[in-house]
Amino acid sequence: MTDPSHAGGAAHLLVILVSAALTDNILLTRFLGMCSFLAISRQMKASVGLGLAVTFVTTITCAINAALYVWVLRPYGLESLQLILFIVVIAAFVQFMEMLIERLSLGLYYALGIFLPLITVNCAVLGAALFMTNRNYGVTEGLVFGFGSGFGWMLAIVLMAGIRERLKTARIPPALEGPGITLIIAGIIALGFVGFSGMVQP
Amino acid sequence: MPSTVTQAKKALIAELWDDNPIFRQVLGICSALAVTNLMFNTLLMCLGLVWATAMTSLTVSALRNYTPQRIRMIVQVLIISVYVIVVDIVFRAQFPDIHRVIGPYVGLIITNCILMGRAEAFASKNPVLPSFFDGLGAGLGYSGILMTVALIREVLGFGSVFGVALPAREVWWHSWTIMVMPPGAFFVLACMVWAARAHALRLDAARKAKEAKK
Repeated sequence: MTDPSHAGGAAHLLVILVSAALTDNILLTRFLGMCSFLAISRQMKASVGLGLAVTFVTTITCAINAALYVWVLRPYGLESLQLILFIVVIAAFVQFMEMLIERLSLGLYYALGIFLPLITVNCAVLGAALFMTNRNYGVTEGLVFGFGSGFGWMLAIVLMAGIRERLKTARIPPALEGPGITLIIAGIIALGFVGFSGMVQP
Repeated sequence: MPSTVTQAKKALIAELWDDNPIFRQVLGICSALAVTNLMFNTLLMCLGLVWATAMTSLTVSALRNYTPQRIRMIVQVLIISVYVIVVDIVFRAQFPDIHRVIGPYVGLIITNCILMGRAEAFASKNPVLPSFFDGLGAGLGYSGILMTVALIREVLGFGSVFGVALPAREVWWHSWTIMVMPPGAFFVLACMVWAARAHALRLDAARKAKEAKK
């Protein structure tokens, strides 16, 4: 198991980035982070805030997790512990970030307040880490993949929030309001993203 | 102890339909969508999930008087991880081919809101036996939906059930490729949520009309 990141250099990283963000969008083709997606996409402002936070957390935790996986777990043959390790790293990082933001900027803290703890249970963050090890990515690739996944998630939730703001005045069958119509729209957006799939070969 | 038994039974049934995690609370649907284009994969995933929810509820409940209130979340996450790792290892050993496909989603059972939700809402306050059945019910209710979505997607997408082709498939059946792809999952689940909600709304309206008459 060699680190394949040296093979293609920058072009290889670009392929990982584009495929993580568009063709293999973590929300629309991997279905991760659906719970907060359905709940939060009601408001545009909150969606942007949560999207930014998720992008940041996914990027950093993917890099940390990749480093731990490649340099600690794999040499000692402890791959089966990856789940516990990843979830602890994510929870600890989110907690740490919360404390840091509270100390540095109270305004940002209150703006992000509720979203920070939500990120720990956002399966997109853990999912990105698991897909990363599934594909044997190295540390640099993990960082890029994490950023691409987080950015793709943000793209999807902001798109959805924009559409749902318009839907507020639309007449929807009462039983379809809320999750129902959101799922149907997500399906249509996912169809659009399927169109990207010929673009890169990951 | 008859009261505990009835309580347990009630918890099981409530979770199966009245509080069904997917329809009522729209929780934990990540894996509902991701693993459901083949029924056998879905069945494995469901078994793992039922085992994890039931055992987590049991353990959380057994330890509820010894868990400090402040750190109970992290304790719950660790308990969940232990059972999920067991599932992960068993699948890796027994079904290596399928594990390659659904592997990451097995790990993601940890962040499935249903487990944490049942642990926090029920098991941390109730005795062991009812908690076990509450977890079991939540897992089975969830599995019921997953298997239904999988059935619809596999039949429409591949023209087969559990990998067995429908009779004379080549003659009359044309597969809907869209059902195998991600958008199909969204559409199937949306229609099921729609139907379940419509049914619930009709029941509510009927109850209100009855009360108004009184």
